[in-house]
Amino acid sequence: MPSQNIWILLSWGPDGWIDDIAYGALITIALALATLPIGLTIGFFVAWAKQSEEPSLRLAANIYTTVFRGLPELVTLFLFFFGVPILLQYLVRYFRPDATIDVNSFVAGMIVLSLIFSSYASEVFLSAFRAIPKGQYEGGYAIGLSNWLTMRKVILPQLLRIAFPGLENCWLSLLKDTSLVSVVGLAETLRNAYTAARVTKHAFLFYGVAALVFLGLAILSSFATSAILRSLGKREAQR
Amino acid sequence: MSVVMRAASDIERPPPRARGWPRTRIIGYALVCLWIVFGLGIVSYLFFAWNADFFAKYAPAYARGLGVTLSLVAISMVLGAILSVPVAYGRMSSNRILSGLAYCYVYFFRGTPLLVQTYLVYYGLGSFRVELQTIGLWDFFKDAFNCGVFAFSLNTAAYQAEILRGAIESVPKGQWEGAASLGLHRLQTLRKIILPQALIVALRPYGNELILLVKASAIVAIITVYDLMGNAKLAFANSFDIQAYIWVALVYLVMVEILRHGVEWIERRITIHLKR
Repeated sequence: MPSQNIWILLSWGPDGWIDDIAYGALITIALALATLPIGLTIGFFVAWAKQSEEPSLRLAANIYTTVFRGLPELVTLFLFFFGVPILLQYLVRYFRPDATIDVNSFVAGMIVLSLIFSSYASEVFLSAFRAIPKGQYEGGYAIGLSNWLTMRKVILPQLLRIAFPGLENCWLSLLKDTSLVSVVGLAETLRNAYTAARVTKHAFLFYGVAALVFLGLAILSSFATSAILRSLGKREAQR
Repeated sequence: MSVVMRAASDIERPPPRARGWPRTRIIGYALVCLWIVFGLGIVSYLFFAWNADFFAKYAPAYARGLGVTLSLVAISMVLGAILSVPVAYGRMSSNRILSGLAYCYVYFFRGTPLLVQTYLVYYGLGSFRVELQTIGLWDFFKDAFNCGVFAFSLNTAAYQAEILRGAIESVPKGQWEGAASLGLHRLQTLRKIILPQALIVALRPYGNELILLVKASAIVAIITVYDLMGNAKLAFANSFDIQAYIWVALVYLVMVEILRHGVEWIERRITIHLKR
């Protein structure tokens, strides 16, 4: 066992591993931030479909959440990461027989995490939809706003405010779920910690560092969300 | 319509169903058709890719994997429940140090990914091999399944402690005071008055935690435990046949749906006296 000084291992530079893990942390943040808008958008529309009066729309949305909340994240990821290239290859072979297709692990992770995030977020949005009284819609129609404009100008601002605490939980679990993408080879925090642990044989040290990175991100996002909540509260008070 | 006739039929009734083909209906039907096509696609794929050899070779392994998954979840859930009691006690304690410690425990295990915790136990504890050998625990932590159970129990204990705390705090304070005025001991109060009310509140979160644990248990496949997912990984690595993962996805989906509906059924049963 190489008995290197752990402070050298934890330094910045060619001998140390902290720069690799910091770079991995950036990838983690980038993945979570890239997933967030897609997941929120899909989640919003799924929730909108779920509280619609049209039964077929409700059915379609409920199947969506049942599937993506019921499947383990890892299974969804593997199905997508290994299944989609096979499917695409099958289709592309018709045009170019020699083509091979690889799925980028960042993109695969982004898509899978958006599916999972949106199915959880849709439940949050749904309960927020139910908290908004019907009079708000009627008021919107009464002053001549269209369906879409009522949704955008009247309902959505209230919806986001009600849904915010629930969405914060979804965000935290999204942040944690990004670690799963390391399994299909994305060089994010955990993956780089894994490499460092393999090379240096200081497994506990580097996994501990990875855990601290995730903990730090959680603390950072709780600061951010409380700041956002405070500004939302201020705007509420001004009205 | 005349005023008199309206008064006669002025009963609250649901709005009439929209007729014809409004836009929402078109979108809804299209999406449902998409799901049907998707489902049929998977069924027909499994039908045409039906491979008797594959099935004969891996079905017993899947059954064994299912057993491993279920025992992992059951053991972790029970150990977590036991461990969550002192943690919840610490969280509710007025002692600063005790509640601080419990808070840190819960924050750590809820703030870091389960995969990191599992790695920390399985690979990380290997760093302390000599020390563990001297106290005789190395044989326990050598086995990946034990490491999985250990990490999962610690993790779920943090979540279950929060569930327990929330449920106990949801019972109004007057219940404690009423019991105290009847001369009941604190422990008796907890057992006979508080817990029966708290557990009704806690049932749904406990059910969710169980479902989360079933889903999260797929993670142990990465640390070389041959649970359901582990066997699927093995089958895929040997055969490069994507149906390895499709079958396993179906099994997980059925498991989660059974649990979800089971919890809903129990909840309906035990809250009958609250319905009016």
